[in-house]
Amino acid sequence: MKPADKQAYLEEYEVLKKKGKPFFPYAVLKDSTMALIVVGVIIAMSLILGAEQGPKADPTTTTYVPRPEWYFFFLFEVLRVIKPPELVPVATIGIPTVCMVLLLLLPFYDRGPERRPERRPLATTAGILTILAMGYLTYAGATSGSPTEVDMKVAPEYKPGAEVIASSGCLACHKLGENGNNGPGPELTHIGARIPRAAIIRSIEIGPSIMPSFRELPQKKLNEIADFLSSLN
Amino acid sequence: MPKFSDLLVPAPLRKTPKPGEAGVPNQPAPQDLKTDPPRRPTDHERLGQQALEAPTEGLAWVDQRLAASGFLTGMLYRKVPKGTNWFYTLGSAALFAFIVQAVTGVFLAMFYTPSTTQAYTSIAHINNDVFLGQLVHGMHKWGASVMVILVFLHMGRTFFFGAYKYPRELNWVIGVVILILTMTMAFTGYLLPFDQRSYWASIVGININGTGPIVGPYLSDFLRAGPELGATTLSRFYAIHMLLVPGALIALIGAHLYLVVKLGTTAPPWTKVDKPRVAEPTANLDAGVSSGNGYRPGGAGTIAGVQLETTDNDGMGPA
Repeated sequence: MKPADKQAYLEEYEVLKKKGKPFFPYAVLKDSTMALIVVGVIIAMSLILGAEQGPKADPTTTTYVPRPEWYFFFLFEVLRVIKPPELVPVATIGIPTVCMVLLLLLPFYDRGPERRPERRPLATTAGILTILAMGYLTYAGATSGSPTEVDMKVAPEYKPGAEVIASSGCLACHKLGENGNNGPGPELTHIGARIPRAAIIRSIEIGPSIMPSFRELPQKKLNEIADFLSSLN
Repeated sequence: MPKFSDLLVPAPLRKTPKPGEAGVPNQPAPQDLKTDPPRRPTDHERLGQQALEAPTEGLAWVDQRLAASGFLTGMLYRKVPKGTNWFYTLGSAALFAFIVQAVTGVFLAMFYTPSTTQAYTSIAHINNDVFLGQLVHGMHKWGASVMVILVFLHMGRTFFFGAYKYPRELNWVIGVVILILTMTMAFTGYLLPFDQRSYWASIVGININGTGPIVGPYLSDFLRAGPELGATTLSRFYAIHMLLVPGALIALIGAHLYLVVKLGTTAPPWTKVDKPRVAEPTANLDAGVSSGNGYRPGGAGTIAGVQLETTDNDGMGPA
């Protein structure tokens, strides 16, 4: 913005202000109406949606699949989509940090005098795309298949094993295809090619290193898991 | 019949009716003092008069010591530009959502215990036993969502109206920091009910911080306050949630509002200026609060003066 533009803006603003109305009562009336609506909506949401507690926090459970509050869904989805381990820091901290810095410094790189959105095509397009992207990511994060399902092609005879894996919390520590967390446990995607079926069963029963023992699983489920995992090669 | 809102504007700021209009005679009636000598008020009347003036004098006493009346009238009766519409209420709506969070938060803090053994039961106690407890807890929980939405909408309005441009760049920066702090509040508050959902979501959140480059591991260590998420984590999140971030938020909201009053709110970018009316190039940054500018009793000599436009410019389009 050139000094002449700044001067022109200030002069124009001065005129617009002179032709305006006093803050009190005109703007105050609108703001108070809005305040009543805001408080009303919050009370209505509280009455209708309530504040029910979930089950008490239990650090020993292995089956609970965490989900963030809805306004972090977009971040959650970025994390879910970006899988390669070397890119994870980029997704978790890199993208949000870059976005925040870009947002913070907006007035310092967008310095044109024009204010009408239809005459700032670049800024307006970028803004709309950002909103669409965040909206899409939030929606995708909200509707992403329940993390207690294994999302991969499984032959029908191994389906029960895949379901037991998904509902037993294995994916909290093991990566399985596109599912689950990469670590601390080893990846299970091709586990059948690396260790034999008997070793898989022993690992589940003993729980090597920091892995908890799943000895309590019924023998049937244990066999289903072992069938499924040893088929992965 | 004048509109109710017009009656709330003090007389010197009201649009002066032109001579010949209803209620204003063309010529002031000549007053002949000699025909009606002023009558001395009785003691009774004098006492009544003094009683009537007592509140005014009390206020004057306070104001002599605070010197706030100039600022207050300047702020209350400062002009908001032509074309100001409902989009401009989003900021104050976000502020009211924050106030709801602050008030409900205080009441929740009276009953909440930030310890791993008692947090869950104290929330259950709030929900089940405390008078209106579940309502207040629900308002705090859902008020967080409402506040996040309103802050984003307010930012969207500012962005698309180009309101972050000169001379309001710093207020945009403050606003973005307020957004980040709002999200911090949402994150730290999420752990406090200490149910499964909040516990595991916080573990994931802390681990996400830990994957960041260089500062990541330190940040997650700081948040976790120990090797495992536990009692120290909970009290640390609680302190951040109810002392550190709210304090910073209140300070930043204060600075944000100060700049709003000082620089004035923008007009919608489509609002047209009638060029011939630019008679006085009195561009001044501190037009808002400082006495003198923008707040002058309209009288002979002031161009456009301070007049009330009774037409509504509420639409978004060119007014």
